[in-house]
Amino acid sequence: MAASSERSPPPFPDSEEPELLEDSDEGADAFTGTSISEMDSPSPDSTRPPKDIFNEPLEDIFSDPLSNINSEPQKKVDTKIPSPSSDEVVDLFSDPLDDDSEVISSPEVQNPMPDLLNEPVQAPKSDVLGEPPVHKNAARQQYIFEDPPKGSSKSSSVKKAASAELFGDEDEEDLFKELPKVVTKKPQPLGPPVDVFTEVKSDVKVKPQVKDDPTDLFTEEALTAPAPKPSASSSSSRTNGVHSEEHDLFSEATVELSLDSPRNDRKKKDAVKPSVSAPVAPVASSSSKAPSKTLEELEEEESEDTFDLNISVTNPEKVGDGMNAYMAYKVSTQTSLTMFRSKMFTVRRRFSDFLGLYEKLSEKHSQNGYIVPPPPEKSILGMTKVKVGKEDPSSAEFVERRRAALERYLQRVVSHPSLLQDPDVREFLEKEELPRAVSTQALSGAGFLKMLNKATDAVSKMTIKMNEQDVWFDEKIQDVENEEQHMRKLHIMVESLVNHRKELSGNTAVFAKSVAMLGSSEDNTALSRALSQLAEVEDRIEQIHQEKAANDFFTFSELLADYIRLLGAVKGCFDQRMKAWQRWQDAENMLQKKREAEAKLLWANKPDKLQQAKDEIAEWEAKVTQYEREFERISATVRKEVIRFDKEKARDFKRQIIKYLESLLNSQQQLIKYWEAFLPEAKAIA
Amino acid sequence: MMQEGLDDGPDFLSEEDRGVSFFFPFLISVLSLSSYCVLCMCVSTLPNFKQNEFSVVRQHEEFIWLHDSFVENEEYAGYIIPPAPPKPDFDASREKLQKLGEGEGSMTKEEFTKMKQELEAEYLAIFKKTVAMHEVFLCRVAAHPVLRKDLNFHVFLEYNQDLSVRGKNKKEKLEDFFKNVVKSADGVLVAGVKDVDDFFEHEKTFLLEYHNRVKDASAKSDRMIRSHKSAADDINRIASTLYTLGTQDSTDLCKFFLKVSELFEKTRKIEARVAADEDLKLADLLKYYLRESQAAKDLLYRRGRALVDYENANKALDKARAKNKDVLQAETTQQVCCQKFEKISESAKQELIDFKTRRVAAFRKNLVELAELELKHAKGNLQLLHSCLGVLKGDT
Repeated sequence: MAASSERSPPPFPDSEEPELLEDSDEGADAFTGTSISEMDSPSPDSTRPPKDIFNEPLEDIFSDPLSNINSEPQKKVDTKIPSPSSDEVVDLFSDPLDDDSEVISSPEVQNPMPDLLNEPVQAPKSDVLGEPPVHKNAARQQYIFEDPPKGSSKSSSVKKAASAELFGDEDEEDLFKELPKVVTKKPQPLGPPVDVFTEVKSDVKVKPQVKDDPTDLFTEEALTAPAPKPSASSSSSRTNGVHSEEHDLFSEATVELSLDSPRNDRKKKDAVKPSVSAPVAPVASSSSKAPSKTLEELEEEESEDTFDLNISVTNPEKVGDGMNAYMAYKVSTQTSLTMFRSKMFTVRRRFSDFLGLYEKLSEKHSQNGYIVPPPPEKSILGMTKVKVGKEDPSSAEFVERRRAALERYLQRVVSHPSLLQDPDVREFLEKEELPRAVSTQALSGAGFLKMLNKATDAVSKMTIKMNEQDVWFDEKIQDVENEEQHMRKLHIMVESLVNHRKELSGNTAVFAKSVAMLGSSEDNTALSRALSQLAEVEDRIEQIHQEKAANDFFTFSELLADYIRLLGAVKGCFDQRMKAWQRWQDAENMLQKKREAEAKLLWANKPDKLQQAKDEIAEWEAKVTQYEREFERISATVRKEVIRFDKEKARDFKRQIIKYLESLLNSQQQLIKYWEAFLPEAKAIA
Repeated sequence: MMQEGLDDGPDFLSEEDRGVSFFFPFLISVLSLSSYCVLCMCVSTLPNFKQNEFSVVRQHEEFIWLHDSFVENEEYAGYIIPPAPPKPDFDASREKLQKLGEGEGSMTKEEFTKMKQELEAEYLAIFKKTVAMHEVFLCRVAAHPVLRKDLNFHVFLEYNQDLSVRGKNKKEKLEDFFKNVVKSADGVLVAGVKDVDDFFEHEKTFLLEYHNRVKDASAKSDRMIRSHKSAADDINRIASTLYTLGTQDSTDLCKFFLKVSELFEKTRKIEARVAADEDLKLADLLKYYLRESQAAKDLLYRRGRALVDYENANKALDKARAKNKDVLQAETTQQVCCQKFEKISESAKQELIDFKTRRVAAFRKNLVELAELELKHAKGNLQLLHSCLGVLKGDT
């Protein structure tokens, strides 16, 4: 054996090492790769590198709305923004950036930023918190920039005046004149200013004395912009808790922009209405909607610079005894996102908290057509086992399985740009004590109610006959249906593979024992030795089989289970869209009826009731347009969500399957090692 | 459909020269699997054959007849009679074949091909196994210095017509059963007798233990291999589902799925081969030694029986001498028993030593081959995974 084990290693280093190297390379690509590129990006201030890195994701987020909004004039409702456009963004960034960065190195330009910054947020702002407003500012500035091409003379004149007053130099004016030009051609280049501004911000701090006057001008401008909707901002600030300010202002700006965008032009008359009705419920959603809508277009980039938010669920612990026992998990978050209070924090959460989070999120977002990642299912059987059983391997497996599922669940939630913005998510991740989630129990009144709701939903779904005009949706719904079916089938197969592997591993273990016994009763020493070696090999192979089974399960089967659940959520989105359509149709019908009634009244010549009827018609007309718009919005969102989901799915599957195959490769290598070690033993039988 | 899969039958059948070599080309009546035939080809340099090369067609029942003729022959009481080959079990395959025929309309083309492949692989494995078992039996007989001179054996090999052996009828089967019951009851009695010879005493305890353990190991290995096979089947099904998933669309992911499906398909083949080879090299070896050790136990039983007879004859002689009655008859009986016992003891000792060397050699051969095959498959699989991962990574 000794000789053989000495013999066997040599072949392996060759095959293993490259493998390892490859892995580490990949790691570098995924993380350092991007960060390096970020570092390389023109950031002159080496004094605080972390900030630059942190800027990156935000920059994406914030520059994004602009590109979207700016591109809207070209595309109206067609929201399927092709990825090339986002690529262009990257390309275009570089050119103007170079020009600008020279210009902007003059100190005056930066001034607006810190001031505006200080205006909405309290004056003694930390660096970390200071950043988002900068972007927001930039966004608003761009908004202002954007106006001139549209021909709104007022704001342009204001801006001209501002620039004239502020920046006496010709350079400045050049810059500003230049920019709008670019805007008219390609709106995307507007991104760069964001870059530039944030980068130079540190310089600004060195020269605070220049601050004062530019402040006023810009703040004035800034104030004029958000002015039309104070109600929205206030209500959203209410919902958003502590860090709300930046968030609100930002959302304001974007909401504002979206209202101004020509897409809504034809609904200008309704523009007031949504802003009035918005505060009631969908404020949070509308505010979060804007960034998300735009974020998806930058999906490509997003996937590359990995989300700077690492969540891990660890340390499952049993709390309590008997049937009241529950498992508590440690949720640790590591992030550099500025919306969080600190960079690292941990909280303890129990399973029902996760479910509660899902309930909250789905209540808020699913009606808007978002794919809210579903959490793992409640398992009464599994949990009861955990509660009752002491140290049972199956319950340990159950806990581990659930832990991994919860981790993936949370990662999916935070990787969704608009869900991440949700205050509940932040609360879940940060807050020490969470109110006990109710109505998540499977066997409770609420659970029953939920089941009832589901049943009625299913029935109504069947009754709704939607004639699909959109071919894309038609196909996609069909695809998702098929895909789910196949996934289910595949899942069953993989489960059966897992079971058979487990069985195999068990049988191999038994066989190993049996061979060992046979070896011990064998009276030829060499053969006896070889047999006991064989038993050892089989023992190890049993381990391999076990690992393979675990691997099958955790990397493959669970992935499929997740996606079956997610496909369910996707279907839910389609249902929401259908419901919206139904609402719209109902309103349409109602309007029709009202009109008929009016016609009748006109015929009957009853002027007293005519006015009332007219009012009703107006009301219903408004409703119809509102519902129609809602439907369109939801369609757009669903579409984007599905595209995003598809991309994520492709990425997930590729990553997981490659991981799966790699582990298969490893076990294959081990297998070779074991058999190679055994071969000389077999040959030694004399 | 079947035959094409059987082509690689002979490759593992090539036997080194052991004085007699047998070739079993694929000549199986596929449609009537129960009464299947084997073409025995015999190349012999032994003088007592009329020709050097000849071939006959034999059925499984004829092999059984040959075996039984050895067992029943008193002359061979002192030898380990080579165990008869097991009856080939084509039932499972036939059932599947039937299912395949029935379900042809309801299945997709993909599933049908998959099923067909599975069936073919299974059939091939059983075929190989059966042929190997029968060959081993004949080789054992041919290698045995006494048995190979047996007239029945020569008839079996040379008589180029049907031996018209009939299977045992019910009455005979019942008799066999009773014989077995008596034998095992007797075996317990005989086993209780303390042996005078240490060698046999040792062999007896060893064989008893060995037999049980081999039995155990063989059952366990069967189970292991069965689950290995089902795992391979699962992989196959996964491959086909992935394939359907991949053909659904033409997106990037679907292409990815197709590639993975292809990989799974190949992995399936390898896994199935691993299972089949384990079956052939390990399970069959154990099964063979299960039967062989049973044959050795039978030999010991016969010797024990002879010993008991001898002792009884001695007692009878003593009694007869005391009574002075029938002394001569008792003396002859005692003589016969003594002779018989000694003859059995003598040859049995040699046989048991042979058994041991044979066993060691067989285990060595099979284990080496097993390890080599495992290595071959594992390396093939590794290669496959490597190249596939390379392609997949290059894609992403």
